[in-house]
Amino acid sequence: AENEPSWKTPCTKLLVYVSTPGCDGFPSLDSKESYKLSVSNGSMLLSAETVWGALRGLETFSQLVGRDENGTYYINETEIVDFPRFPHRGLLLDTSRHYLPLRAILETLDVMAYNKFNVFHWHIVDDPSFPYQSSMFPELSKKGAFNAMTHVYTASDVRTVIEHARLRGIRVIAEFDTPGHTLSWGPGAPGLLTPCYKGDTPSGVYGPINPVVNSTYQFVTSLFQEITTVFPDFFLHLGGDEVDFTCWKSNPEIRAFMKEMGFGEDYKKLESFYIQRILDIVSSLGKGYIVWQEVFDNDVKLRPDTIIHVWKENSMQYLNEMANVTRAGYYALLSAPWYLNRISYGQDWIEAYKVEPLNFEGVPEQKALVMGGEACMWGEYVDVTNLTPRLW
Amino acid sequence: GCPTMSRAMGLAGLLLGLVLVPAVLVSTSLRHGGRRTEAEPELSDWELAADAVPEDSLWPLPQWVRTYPRQLQLAPGRFQLVHGAGSSAGPGCGLLQDAFRRYYEYMFGHSRTWGRRPLAARAEPELLQLQVVIEAGDPGCDRHPQLASSEAYHLSVTEPVAILKAAEVWGALRGLETFSQLVHEDDYGSFLVNESEINDFPRFAHRGVLLDTSRHYLPLKSILTNLDAMAFNKFNVLHWHIVDDQSFPYQSIYFPELSDKGAYSSNLIYTPNDVSLVIEYARLRGIRVIPEFDTPGHTQSWGKGQKDLLTPCYNGRQPTGSFGPVNPVWNTTYDFMTKFFKEISSVFPDEFIHLGGDEVDFSCWKSNPEVREFMKKQGFGIDYAKLESYYVQNILDIVSSYNKGQMVWQEVFDHKAQLKPDTVVQVWMANNYAHELSRVTGAGFTAVLSAPWYLDYISYGQDWKKYYSVEPLNFSGSEKQKKLLIGGEACLWGEFVDATNLTPRLWPRASAVGERLWSSSNVTNLQDAYKRLTNHRCRML
Repeated sequence: AENEPSWKTPCTKLLVYVSTPGCDGFPSLDSKESYKLSVSNGSMLLSAETVWGALRGLETFSQLVGRDENGTYYINETEIVDFPRFPHRGLLLDTSRHYLPLRAILETLDVMAYNKFNVFHWHIVDDPSFPYQSSMFPELSKKGAFNAMTHVYTASDVRTVIEHARLRGIRVIAEFDTPGHTLSWGPGAPGLLTPCYKGDTPSGVYGPINPVVNSTYQFVTSLFQEITTVFPDFFLHLGGDEVDFTCWKSNPEIRAFMKEMGFGEDYKKLESFYIQRILDIVSSLGKGYIVWQEVFDNDVKLRPDTIIHVWKENSMQYLNEMANVTRAGYYALLSAPWYLNRISYGQDWIEAYKVEPLNFEGVPEQKALVMGGEACMWGEYVDVTNLTPRLW
Repeated sequence: GCPTMSRAMGLAGLLLGLVLVPAVLVSTSLRHGGRRTEAEPELSDWELAADAVPEDSLWPLPQWVRTYPRQLQLAPGRFQLVHGAGSSAGPGCGLLQDAFRRYYEYMFGHSRTWGRRPLAARAEPELLQLQVVIEAGDPGCDRHPQLASSEAYHLSVTEPVAILKAAEVWGALRGLETFSQLVHEDDYGSFLVNESEINDFPRFAHRGVLLDTSRHYLPLKSILTNLDAMAFNKFNVLHWHIVDDQSFPYQSIYFPELSDKGAYSSNLIYTPNDVSLVIEYARLRGIRVIPEFDTPGHTQSWGKGQKDLLTPCYNGRQPTGSFGPVNPVWNTTYDFMTKFFKEISSVFPDEFIHLGGDEVDFSCWKSNPEVREFMKKQGFGIDYAKLESYYVQNILDIVSSYNKGQMVWQEVFDHKAQLKPDTVVQVWMANNYAHELSRVTGAGFTAVLSAPWYLDYISYGQDWKKYYSVEPLNFSGSEKQKKLLIGGEACLWGEFVDATNLTPRLWPRASAVGERLWSSSNVTNLQDAYKRLTNHRCRML
C-alpha cells in the first residue's frame, strides 16, 4: 500500500541504564525519579540515575508502544527528558470504614504505577474497624476488626503490600490516627480510650484516647515500636484530626488534669499535650511524621521537618492554609481539593486537574516547602465492589 | 462485612465465603470528607443480628407480612421447590423449572459442606418443600409478561410444607424471590426460615430500569447481570434505550448497514441472537423488554448506515455537510420507518415499543429549504413543533398498524401531537414534574415517572434516600387521574457509564426506586429501609 510507514530496523532491545545502585532498597522522599528516554533508528535507551527513575521510564516507554491495524507493534522515534514536579505524589486508601481485600490494594498499586504515583498512604485503622493484626497487641484486631478471621491484614499481607509497592517505586506510609478516630482500638485495649461521663457516672460510651494516664503512653510506645519495624518508610502519618473534646470535657479525671496543668478550658492545649508526647515517641524511634492540619492549626510544638497535611476544603480556604503552613516553615502536602470520595456527576476530573498547588501568596522559599499532594478515597461509601471505577 | 447470604451476580469473585458478623459499631458524625453535619447519627449506629427480625431482610417490603418466632429448618439435601397439587403449571413449565433451580442456588448454592454427613436431629421441625400453585387456567409459562399480568402471590410458610400461591407464573417468580429472602443461616450454618404468612402484590404495574447502550456499548454479560439484579428487586421492565446519536449497536436484519456503519465497531453490536437472549433471560425473570428507537432526534448514528434519512443542514443555500434529526418531509423516511418498525415489531414481543421523541433540535430543520417549503405548504407557519408532531403522528400510525402500543417521552405530549388513547407518556423533565403528571393524566393519558429518578446523576453520600422519598402520586388530580400513573423507571443514561462501573453505580441505589414502586405508599421510614437495604445489598452481592 502507498501510505504505509517505512518501518526502520526492527527494535529488539530497550537498554536500561541506571547509574546509582539501589535495587534492594526502598524508595524515599529524596529518591530521584528522573529519566531520559531515547528511541531512534537502531537503538532504544532508557537512562536514569536510580531504579526508581527507570521504573517511571519503563511506564512511559510502554505508553509509547502502539499497534497498527495489522497488529504490528511500533514506536516512533522519540526523545524524552522527564522528572516529577513534586516528590510526594500520593493516594490514600481507607481500610477501616470498609475492609479492602488484599487484591484490591495490590490492584490499586498497579494503577498507581501506571499514573506515576509514588506514595500509598494507608489509612489502615479508624473508628469503625481495626483490621491491622498487631503481633504485640493481637486483641486490637481480634476485638476491633469487622471480622477477626477474614477482615484483617496479617503481617504477611502487610509485607506483601510493602513489597508489591516497592517493586513499583511506591512508598507505603501507614497512618495510625490518634487521639481521635480510635473507637475501634477500645475493645482490644481496655483503658486506652476516655470513658465519657454523664454527670458523675460513666455513660458507657467512649471518646478519644485518654491523654492523662501513663498507660496510654506506655501502650502507644510499644505499639509504635512495632509499627516502626513493620513499615520501613522513614515517615509515619500520625493523624491528629477531628478530635472531639466533648468526651474529655465530661470526664472528671481529665478535668482535674486540665486544672493541674493550668490549661484552663482550652482543650486544644490538652490535645497538644498528647500529640507532642506522641511526636516525641515517634521521633525517638527514628521516624519522621506527617500530621493532619489541625495539629498545626492548634499550635502544637512541632519539629522543623514535620509535614502538614492540608485537607480542609472550604471554598478555596485551603490555599490560605498552604500559605500559613509554609510561612511557618513547615512542609506541606495538599489533599483538600482532591477528596475523590466526594463524587459528582460528569467530568469532575477537570476540577481536580485545574488545581494549582502553588497558587497561594508566598515567597519562593515557601513554595519550595510544598512536597506534593494526595488524592484521598475515604471509605464511607467505598468497598471492593466500587473502589476501582470510583478512583480511576 | 456481609453475612453468608451472598448470591453470585456473575461478577468476578467478590466477597466470597464471609462469615456472619457479630456486631458492628459505626461511629457517629466524625469522619473526613467535609462538614460534620453531613452524617446522620441516628442512622449510622446499628447492630446486626441480636434483635433482627425476619422482615429486616425483605426488599421490597411486601404489602402484608406476618412472621412468627417459630423457626423451621431446611436441609439443602432434602428441601425441594415443587409444583403443588392443583397447580395449572407442572414440570412442562420451563419458566418455573428454571426458577426453581435458580432460587435453590441462591438459597443454598454457596454452601459446600451439606450433603456429606447426615444431619443430627434438631429441635426445629423441618420444612421439606415449597409448593408452588398457579391458580389461573392459563399459567402463562410460555408467554411474555405484560402490563396487565398478575404479579400477586400468597406465601404461607409453615411445617411441613410451605405453599406459594399465585394467579400466574409472574406472581410465583415474585414469591420465590421473597421466600429466598426469608431463608437465612444461623451462626452454625443451618438454614432456617421463620413461620410466616405473606400477601403481596405490586403497587404499580410498570416498574422499570432504563439502560443506555448507545453512549457506551454494554456487553451482554452486563445486561444479563443487571436483569438478575432487577429480579432481586422485583423490577419488571427493561427499557432498552438501544441506539442514539453516538452509536447504533442494534444489528438490523432488513438494514444491516445501520450497525455496520453506525456501531462503535463491528464487535460492539447486538446480533439477533443477542437480542433473543436478552428477551428470554428477561422473560424467565418476569421482566418485559421495551426497546426504544428514539426518533426524530437522537439519530446521528442512523445516518451513517442509512443515506438520506437525516435532514441535511444548510448554511444559507449550501448544505454544511452535517445532519440533523430524521427528515420529516421525504416519503422515503416513512418507507424506511415502515419497514424498520415491521422488523422491530416482530423481534421484540412486548406489546409496547418506545418511540422516543425527546429533545428535537429544530435549528437544522429551519435551515433546510425543502423543510421550510414543506412548513409553508402544510400551513405550520414557523411552529416547528407542529412539524415534529406531524412526523411523530406518522410514526405512531405505522407502529399502531403493527398492533404495538407506544411509549413516548413527554415532549411528544407537550408539543401536542395527536396520541393514541393508550399511548404511555414518560415524564422525565425534573422541573415541576408533578405539574406535568397532572397535565398528562388530566388529558387522559397513561404516565410513567422518571424525572426524580435519573440515577446517572450521581452525588456524594446516601442519595438512595432522596429516590426513596419520592411519592409518585404527589400531584394534583382526581382518583381517576392518579390511576393513570402506572409506575416509573430508574434511568441510567450512559454518558459516563460502561461495563466497568454500571453495576456499582446502579445498585443498590435503584433498589430504592424498586421499593417505592412495589411497596405500599406508607412504607416510608428511612431507618427501617436502611436496615433492610443494607441486608439486601449484601445478599445481592
